[in-house]
Amino acid sequence: MFRSRDAIPGRGIALGSTIAIVTLVVFIPLAAVVLAMQGISAETLARALFTQRALAAFRLTLLASLAAATIDLALGSYLAWVLVRYRFAGRRVLDALIDVPLAIPTAVTGISLATLYGANGWIGGFLEAHGVHVAYTPLGIGLALTFVGLPFVVRSVEPVLAELPRELDEAAATLGADRATILRRITLPLILPAMLTGFALSLGRALGEYGSVVFISGNMPGRTEIAPLAIVTHLEEYDYQGAAAIATALLVISFVLLAAINGLQRRLSVAKAAV
Amino acid sequence: MNPTRPWLLIGAFAAALLPVAAAADSSTTLLNVSYDPTREFYSAYNDLFAKHWKAKTGQTVTIQQSHGGSGAQARAVIEGLDADVVTLALAYDIDAIAKAKLLPADWQTQLPDASSPYTSTIVFLVRAGNPKKLHDWNDLIAPGVNVITPNPKTSGGARWNFLAAYNFGLHANHNDDAKARAYVAALYKNVSVLDSGARGATTTFTERGIGDVLLAWENEAILSVREHPGAYQIVVPRTSILAEPPVAVVAANAAKHGTQALAEAYLKGLYEPDAQKLACFYGYRPRLVSVLRGCGTHFAIADLVTIARFGGWQTAQKRFFGEGGVFDQIYEAH
Repeated sequence: MFRSRDAIPGRGIALGSTIAIVTLVVFIPLAAVVLAMQGISAETLARALFTQRALAAFRLTLLASLAAATIDLALGSYLAWVLVRYRFAGRRVLDALIDVPLAIPTAVTGISLATLYGANGWIGGFLEAHGVHVAYTPLGIGLALTFVGLPFVVRSVEPVLAELPRELDEAAATLGADRATILRRITLPLILPAMLTGFALSLGRALGEYGSVVFISGNMPGRTEIAPLAIVTHLEEYDYQGAAAIATALLVISFVLLAAINGLQRRLSVAKAAV
Repeated sequence: MNPTRPWLLIGAFAAALLPVAAAADSSTTLLNVSYDPTREFYSAYNDLFAKHWKAKTGQTVTIQQSHGGSGAQARAVIEGLDADVVTLALAYDIDAIAKAKLLPADWQTQLPDASSPYTSTIVFLVRAGNPKKLHDWNDLIAPGVNVITPNPKTSGGARWNFLAAYNFGLHANHNDDAKARAYVAALYKNVSVLDSGARGATTTFTERGIGDVLLAWENEAILSVREHPGAYQIVVPRTSILAEPPVAVVAANAAKHGTQALAEAYLKGLYEPDAQKLACFYGYRPRLVSVLRGCGTHFAIADLVTIARFGGWQTAQKRFFGEGGVFDQIYEAH
């Protein structure tokens, strides 16, 4: 019955179905985005991507996403560490809460953040009194992106931390390492690949995020307009090609960034294996 | 795996699809694809029409509604959303459906009044007592006045706001385009938030308490005043634009469903006195003068121009809101 000589039967079926799933669910929709650019004139392309305003939107999206993913990296790793290391009342609830940003509609996120951080909101009112404007500024955009990206880092780092053998820490301690040294020399290197995964996921999410941002950004041309909003703008004009051009540019940016992070990760794990 | 399982699944699938297929074949279901603020009006009108249709033909008709941004709804119809009729915010959006050959290019001549059975206009919603004393367009460009209006690049309603302001600029400056442009540039300098849609802008103004004045559809402003008694008041400027939200039968879909007669009757019914009274109740300006008169005092008659003033939607869209158009220019000059 089994013609395959592989140790694990079913390799052909597994491979075939995997390719089919990836093609249907991921590749075809992405290819359709690129294909929608078909026949685009150089002029439309230049107007979609290279006007001052378009460039400002790309720059804002990229910078805000990088900033948000970096904050998520720090906060998320710390949260994961606390959740794994300590047992306390309400830990489960806290743990579950972290996933909520993934589950609620992004528009709800945007509206509630704008309400909280607006000039008349609980937090916004306090901050405005101290001269800090959050809602309708790039800071607000970063805030929304940080919110939606946080779970990715926590969920990537938490299981790896939980699997770390305590013996490593104990052995290091018996050799005279203090807690800071253990964290820096033992724990961090081991969870770094997972941290990078979380960073990459939250960055990818931030680059494409639309729903939560448009409510808190104020959408001022050249100042608080994000690239995904520019896609919607082009669609409103029935300019499918221009919209597809921006989408493709975002796709390329995400792909390059994710590939770079993947490469970094591979080098890290090679280095680790060599130790 | 149990070998009977896949068949069970397929059977369940087929069973789930059956009612859909049956509904598509029946000529007594109608899908009306509309834009956001008409939700309340059309749910009331659907009941009214269903009663009429039952009395006239004995047929029970189920009307389904879909709401969203006007442009997004038009794109959905172009991409295959099976609308029998569309009732949208701008003729520009129905033109796009016509370009996709789903309805005739001269759709706007098929019903009276350029195929828009009710109209609206752009008014100011201000906080109770009008603390900043905003009475006309000129007051909005004073320093320190915070104006709320959505982004015309993403919101159909916001385009009407922009054109109403531009029209005032022309009106006040003997049709001098440069001065009209300077006026809208000054106006948008007083705008701190450009929400992506009209409902979002209303939320910013009413729920979040931001801004001194909201540029709003009259029907939305009337609903806001009704919902929050004593909190806001409507200011009708001296001049504004007459927004004519159009309706049309999506001929290709109606032919496919065999619903042409029903769809036409549904849209024609909008011009009947009882439907016009409903439109009035939900804040729209009825076309029937007799109904408009009896409609109460909230319809102050401003000096209104139509989109024809700007050469129709195709021209206006390109000139004002297209890539590099007037709206982009006033922001690049900042």
